[in-house]
Amino acid sequence: MSTGQRRLDIEEVGGVTVAKFVDKKILDETNIQNIGNQLFALVDEDGRKKIVLDFSAVEYLSSAALGKLITMDKKVKAAKAKLRLCCIRPEIYEVFEITRLNKIFDIKSTQEEALGGL
Amino acid sequence: MPVHEQFEIVIPSDTDAGQAVQERIASRLESLEFSMRDVFGVRLALEEALVNAIKHGNGLDPAKFVRVNCLIEDDLLRVEIEDQGTGFHMEDVPDPTADENLERPCGRGIMLMRSFMTRVEYNATGNRVVLEKQRSGG
Repeated sequence: MSTGQRRLDIEEVGGVTVAKFVDKKILDETNIQNIGNQLFALVDEDGRKKIVLDFSAVEYLSSAALGKLITMDKKVKAAKAKLRLCCIRPEIYEVFEITRLNKIFDIKSTQEEALGGL
Repeated sequence: MPVHEQFEIVIPSDTDAGQAVQERIASRLESLEFSMRDVFGVRLALEEALVNAIKHGNGLDPAKFVRVNCLIEDDLLRVEIEDQGTGFHMEDVPDPTADENLERPCGRGIMLMRSFMTRVEYNATGNRVVLEKQRSGG
């Protein structure tokens, strides 16, 4: 069971798990740790196979948060599950571009697009 | 050039203290109407630099401190961050955008600082960094 305050809103939409970040800023260490635990539990404990991460609330994120997303991506791939990211605001998308992580992640503009054909 | 703010503060090796400094500087830039993108970049760069100093430099050691010196002028922010660690060598930091490093979960902080700030300069030891941001035009 993941520990700490819930940092993701989870809902099921047509067989896809949509995990929406609650925080505007994904910066501080404890917060990132909690987010990581909750994300990993979706794959490791719940065995979810189709996951969309919705960033619409997120205004800031740090490289430590990117690290958790990368680990999540590895877990998803190992479990033969699928992961998409959506609703990333332009400044944050730029962070993905600068770090070339837009090449690793499947990123869609809207939640509808992310849900389509997953 | 009018100076809007100048302070030096010594904080403990605690990321919450780092966040408070970051917030203080970002709020001041917002009140001086630096663009949203400028403030976003500064906040991100300060976060990365302060976490590096607190975690990697001082190793979260409560006996060690981080010194932050900040100067805000009309069109320029200059922040110097110094930790009490042994430093590092820039050439030892792998390029996080190289194909073989893309999936490594760490090592993107310095690159993000360089991308979003006008100038990022470490001293030879690697325990002090100067970050500068020139206000964007338009």
